[in-house]
Amino acid sequence: MRLKASLTLISASLLLTACGGGSAEPAAGGPVTLSFLVDKDKLTLDGAKALADAFMKTDSTVKVEVETRPGGTEGDNIVKTRLSTGDMSDVFWYNSGSLLQTLNPAQTMVDLTGDPVLANVHKDFLPVVSQGGKVYGVPAGAGMGGGILYNRKVYDTLGLKTPTTWAEFMANNEKVKAAGITPVITTFKDTWTSQLFVLGDFHNVQAQVPDFARDYTANKAKFAATPAALAGFEHLAEVHTKGYANKGFGSATAEEGLKMLVEGTGAHYPMLSAMLPPMLKDTPQVATDIGFFGVPGTDPARHGATVWEPPGIYIAKSTEKLEAAKKFLAFVASPAAAEAVGKVVQPAGPYRVEGAELPDDAIQVAKDLQAYIDKGATTPALEFLSPVKGPALEQITVAVGSGLTPPAEGAAQYDKDVAKQAKQLGLEGW
Amino acid sequence: MTRHRPDTGEAGSRAATVAGLPARRAHPRGVRRRTGPAYPYALYLPAAVVYTVIFLIPTVMAFYFALTRWTLFDSEFVGLDNFRDFLAEQNLSIGFRNTVVYAVVTSGLKVVIGLGLGVLLTSKLRLRAFLRSVVFFPVLVSTVAVGITFSVLLKPDTGLVDKVLALVGISGPDWLGDASTALLSVALVDVWKGVGLATVIYIAGILSIPQDYYQAVAVDGGGAWHRFRHVTLPLSWPATYSVIILSFIGGLRSFDLIWTMTRGGPGFTSDVIASIIYKQYQAGFFGLSTAGNVLLFVVVTAIVIPLNWFLGRRQVAP
Repeated sequence: MRLKASLTLISASLLLTACGGGSAEPAAGGPVTLSFLVDKDKLTLDGAKALADAFMKTDSTVKVEVETRPGGTEGDNIVKTRLSTGDMSDVFWYNSGSLLQTLNPAQTMVDLTGDPVLANVHKDFLPVVSQGGKVYGVPAGAGMGGGILYNRKVYDTLGLKTPTTWAEFMANNEKVKAAGITPVITTFKDTWTSQLFVLGDFHNVQAQVPDFARDYTANKAKFAATPAALAGFEHLAEVHTKGYANKGFGSATAEEGLKMLVEGTGAHYPMLSAMLPPMLKDTPQVATDIGFFGVPGTDPARHGATVWEPPGIYIAKSTEKLEAAKKFLAFVASPAAAEAVGKVVQPAGPYRVEGAELPDDAIQVAKDLQAYIDKGATTPALEFLSPVKGPALEQITVAVGSGLTPPAEGAAQYDKDVAKQAKQLGLEGW
Repeated sequence: MTRHRPDTGEAGSRAATVAGLPARRAHPRGVRRRTGPAYPYALYLPAAVVYTVIFLIPTVMAFYFALTRWTLFDSEFVGLDNFRDFLAEQNLSIGFRNTVVYAVVTSGLKVVIGLGLGVLLTSKLRLRAFLRSVVFFPVLVSTVAVGITFSVLLKPDTGLVDKVLALVGISGPDWLGDASTALLSVALVDVWKGVGLATVIYIAGILSIPQDYYQAVAVDGGGAWHRFRHVTLPLSWPATYSVIILSFIGGLRSFDLIWTMTRGGPGFTSDVIASIIYKQYQAGFFGLSTAGNVLLFVVVTAIVIPLNWFLGRRQVAP
């Protein structure tokens, strides 16, 4: 059942409050103006502006105006509302993977399948901006790694080697603790940071159970019933029971965690590599002092890393300037665009455009991640392979990581949470 | 109406006779005054439109959307599934218990502390007016600002609270990061913030007690405790009643302070019903969160109406 009536009401009120849609037709002869909506996180905004500026230099017939929105779930709801009321900007920047699925792309975005716009886009990236076999976006900026960030100076001082198995990792932790340094930085005030041991472990899950993502989407595989998937929860609990977390971890923030890592008062931080570029301005040593390795699993031969794909840039179906929008997207998916953005925002992971390469002065974590990619030892995170991701994972992982919930129970809770989400999305077989 | 007619009729006819007018005309006028509206209906119209558009329609729509799976793009009627799913929510029992604990602790402390401060601030203190505004000040500050400020003050080791405790040799806990203290810490901050309002209500209540009673106690030779126990306490019952109802409802639907200070954490240990509902909304489960809101509405009503009736009866009795 469609909600035409109520949506008309909402759009009417949106028009009344005049959110500055600015969809006036281009003046004859003048450049076409594209509105481009991005979230106002500083890095995204800087990247988007660099992208717009670089594009306008190559094409004088199109003008790109960057509009901002809040980030997080508040921003998600703005995007959803504007799309559902047909009030969206011409092009917009949004997540790829499972979050994209909730935007109903088939109904709200321009289908780019087979379009020359996608000529340079990496094949690996296409599935994360697709729904029902149709492609809707191009990659914006670089991807990132999700695993363990570590302080290389601490490793040098203590003579440690980067671990390839969980046992080696725990042995390193023991030595770090003995040296009076916090082995694993834990920051549960920002609950999302608690998920990395589980989400970043997906490369290991995939290595042991290759069909997990498919079966999990089809309601056939469960975290609690798959030992390889349960391992992430167990790792989290083990770090807590061994006392490897910092004091006051329950109310520490991500910012404080990163500070500990850079200052070397903590050795490891399970985190996304993209957290580092914003720190470069105030603490340039981040570029060289902090390294990255994938969450270690059981088999050293299959050690690798979990990769988060970059977000996408999409064209709203409501646009009246399709041709200009496609020109812009074609530029976004080119090496020149990667270079322009890279000058402003240091990449913290791989580009997904053919011919776009990391600069020579890329930060250490990006180089470490690239090494895994070159070896072919990476897997996209589960949220890029499956639309199913339970919203309560971060609270569950906080509870497991604080010793409030045993790991098996946490995994079972997550399975229930996932079932609820799948039902709300109306997926088949749940 | 009709039964009183003979009385008024008699009086009316007597008056009418005196005035030399026909007696019957007095009746319809009196009746019309009692049953008709105070204003013409047209005057109610603007308010009725506002009420319908802003309250009635959204409420009815909420009851409908609670029965759908709703993604903002489209909605699908799913019957009572959302209610079943919401009630099956894994942490609902923790949330429900926390909600009640939170409401009882905050309203209880607000009554006790508010009454104490009310008595203090109605006595002949030199800085009375100043102290009254000091107590009331936190009420004026935004809840979110209070939450953020106290999150900083309550940080382990580096926060002011733990630093002060360290001066006397106590190693303070991680107030908001530890499951055993998180909810209570938030409740105490809520009391700090809300007690000013309770105090003002008590000050008004105590000042409205006639001085005669206190003079009577003085004549009988009663002391301060006597004055409090037998005059102030029972006669400020209307104030107590208002404070309990207000802070209890506030406690049941408490959200902003908990969300800014702990986000229901660590884990789910300080979740309340409102924060569970908000998380569903955040996850984009609009139908499910609406169902939660409908349930919260029912629960608050089911608790507050009997409470209101019970307290109201006590108020009338003496």
